[in-house]
Amino acid sequence: MRKLVQPWRGKQFWRGPVFWARTVQTALLCIVTVAMLGAGQSRFDHLGHELMCSCSCGQILLECNHVGCPDSARMIDELRAQVATGNSDTQIQQWFVTKYGATVLAAPMRGGFDNAAWIVPIAVFLLATVGTFVVVWLWKRRALSIAGAAPGFGGELPAGQDPQDAVLRERIRRETEY
Amino acid sequence: MPEFGSFSLLLALILTAYNLVIGGLALWGGSASGLRITRRPEAVWNRLGETARRAGIASFVALCCAAFALVWAAFTNDFSVEYIRSHSNIALNPAYKFAALWSGQEGSLLLWAFLLSAYGFVLRVRHRVDVRLSAFASVILSGIQVFFVLLLCVGAPPFSIAPGPVAVDGAGLNPLLQYPEMVMHPPLLYLGYVGFSVPFAFALGALMMRYPGEKWIHITRRWTMVTWLFLTVGIFMGAHWAYSVLGWGGYWGWDPVENASLMPWLTGTAFLHSVMMQEKRGMMKNWNVWLIFSTFLLTILGTLLTRSGAVASVHAFAQSAIGAWFYTFIVIAFAVCLFTFLLQRDHLKSENKLESLVSRESSFLFNNLILLVACFTVLWGTLFPVLSEYVQGSKVTVGAPFYNRVNIPIGLFLLFLTGIGPLLAWRSTSLRSIRRNFILPSVAMAATAIALLVGGLRPWNDGDDMQSTLFSLVAFTLAAGVITAIVEEFLRGAKVVHTQTGKNLLSSIVLLVRRNTRRYGGYIIHFGIVVMFIGIAGGAFNQAREMEMSTGSSLDIGAYHLVSTGMTQDSKAEYDTSYAVLNVYRNGKYVTQLAPEKRIYFAGTDHEQASTIVALHSTAQSDLYTVFEGTNPDTGLPIIKAFLNPLIAWIWIGVAIVVLGTFIALAPNLVRTIVRQRQEDLVPAGAAALGAPGVLAKVPHA
Repeated sequence: MRKLVQPWRGKQFWRGPVFWARTVQTALLCIVTVAMLGAGQSRFDHLGHELMCSCSCGQILLECNHVGCPDSARMIDELRAQVATGNSDTQIQQWFVTKYGATVLAAPMRGGFDNAAWIVPIAVFLLATVGTFVVVWLWKRRALSIAGAAPGFGGELPAGQDPQDAVLRERIRRETEY
Repeated sequence: MPEFGSFSLLLALILTAYNLVIGGLALWGGSASGLRITRRPEAVWNRLGETARRAGIASFVALCCAAFALVWAAFTNDFSVEYIRSHSNIALNPAYKFAALWSGQEGSLLLWAFLLSAYGFVLRVRHRVDVRLSAFASVILSGIQVFFVLLLCVGAPPFSIAPGPVAVDGAGLNPLLQYPEMVMHPPLLYLGYVGFSVPFAFALGALMMRYPGEKWIHITRRWTMVTWLFLTVGIFMGAHWAYSVLGWGGYWGWDPVENASLMPWLTGTAFLHSVMMQEKRGMMKNWNVWLIFSTFLLTILGTLLTRSGAVASVHAFAQSAIGAWFYTFIVIAFAVCLFTFLLQRDHLKSENKLESLVSRESSFLFNNLILLVACFTVLWGTLFPVLSEYVQGSKVTVGAPFYNRVNIPIGLFLLFLTGIGPLLAWRSTSLRSIRRNFILPSVAMAATAIALLVGGLRPWNDGDDMQSTLFSLVAFTLAAGVITAIVEEFLRGAKVVHTQTGKNLLSSIVLLVRRNTRRYGGYIIHFGIVVMFIGIAGGAFNQAREMEMSTGSSLDIGAYHLVSTGMTQDSKAEYDTSYAVLNVYRNGKYVTQLAPEKRIYFAGTDHEQASTIVALHSTAQSDLYTVFEGTNPDTGLPIIKAFLNPLIAWIWIGVAIVVLGTFIALAPNLVRTIVRQRQEDLVPAGAAALGAPGVLAKVPHA
């Protein structure tokens, strides 16, 4: 009988590109799934937390708690009615934007330049992370090249230095680190 | 009194300007005579510098008098002063009359100038720490002070006289500000904001005079930590006030004024971490200088954004005409920083380079990166409405949904770094060390994740709020890992102390902390931050219910059962109040009685102002938070909104731990004193036995 192929049993698989490709694939799938599942929130609650009360209180619509607020009760009723019509989230948001202006959205979500609000922080984060990695890598390379050129580095001690002193220095360094 | 206050301000302006001009001249003259550019001997310049220092001290006295005059005017109901007429009234509680000093634009600017002069006073009195560097710092501080005092004298005078006949009563203090925490929150926040001027002044001064070595960091370390502590406590006291008073069930609304306080906190935290790299290894000098410059500039930028009306804020003082003053000042301050940096940048060469990606240095670097990205995100979100108006012609709102989506992952990454950073060694960490240090935290994280999943915290089942549940799961898991890592560090150190001294575990831990207060104080601060993260992560499970409650009706939320026993009304000197009385039961057992209030303030005001007084039952597990939203005009029944907010108390406990940790980190090390005695008494030749337990004392700690 032919033996079943079980690639994950071999050492090669764990270290090979296929393993890493599958790991990355799985991770991406998880992230996408997470993002997709997030869309399944209770629509009224979700939308009510993405709209602002228009009474200038600066509060989220479903969190506005002014006594006798002239707007929030009416807006909540309008939201309920909009959700009941079966319109999409974007259509409901657009309906509110048309009626109350762009400031009714609690976050920039109209597309176009509004996307910059979301993209720029992520881009800055990625650029800064990659930049830091590159800088550290360059520093490390430079440090290694200097170390290679310098006499007595990398295990050897400069002439006249007691090995015990080096051990004690190392101990001091370790004990005083914070 | 207003005349006395105005005169004090003018006197303060003259004295501060004298400190700036003559102090600066003395510093220039001192350098010039050393270089034989001027014929006058150095002693003459030193004497001149001393007069400038004394003028700086006197300016503090003058600003004390000005602040006293305003408080006195509030206590004596001097409604001839426009500021007092607008922010106080006869019936106002004396504590809040005192708080009138900072409850409006002009008063808060006076508080700013007063605190700045108080910091300057301490700096100038303690100038012997380093006379020349202190003189530089003093002149720079007086430059900042001149701006604020000039603004008070010309742009926003607190003692201006109200037009027309003197009012019989004042407009009163905003009811929302009549809360005990509001007596504490603004001064603490301002102590934080203003305090960053001191390390800024030292850093700029050290750069100007090409100060050798890193002593300026040692001098400013305590200043920076105390300032950071004030800012931290101020921010969280504001959050607690918002939670207890505003009645929307949350504590942080991402309002521009809140953001303005968070930004310097983030860069200040980054500075506190990265400055250690400069102290230990002479690295990151450029970076640190710009971090403290940015922190100072952000305190001013935040004030500019929120007081110029450039961005909309729910805070009352957000709209005013002093924006131009701040624009000018921030441009000048930035130009001075940039010019000094360009002129002296060769003085900031790093002595070492980073040697490994897996090292304490690189963890600090990434920690800095994350803190700065968080700061940038907050700044970007705050400025985006202005930018959008410029580009698209229409303003947009950038509120909580934006900040929560962008900043929560950043915060989680920061939490991760909080855990791993202290486990890495300086320069480079060996694989063996990584294995040894990371096994237990990893096991704790895995165990926590499994326990939470088994216990029912399954994001994929929580369709309504999947993302926040996932973030909470990650936060709890990371928190377990970080706490384990911190406990492991304490136990490992205590074990060494136990071996050396034979003391029991608890005594060993106490001795360990006292030997290296900075390191273990830092761990305690990290522990406090983790506890706060746990509290914040609990927000994913908040519940809310709203109901009209007639007498005898009940409302269920979580494990709590609330029964209404009616509504009562009362009348006080300043307000009428209505409150609902609710009996609270948990699992059938009576727990407590809550009475959420709705107050209508009328004293001294032209119109009535409503204020909410939240009734709260707080436990470590959750807060039962009830709000009396008013009565239904049709039925006359009280509308009650109840929130069940899990783990909120952990945030306030976390802040208390952070405060404790900061105090410990500020305390001097015990070991140095003990061993110095030992060296003097027992080792006459000065050849202290390095092999003895007291080897730590060989390298002094800050």
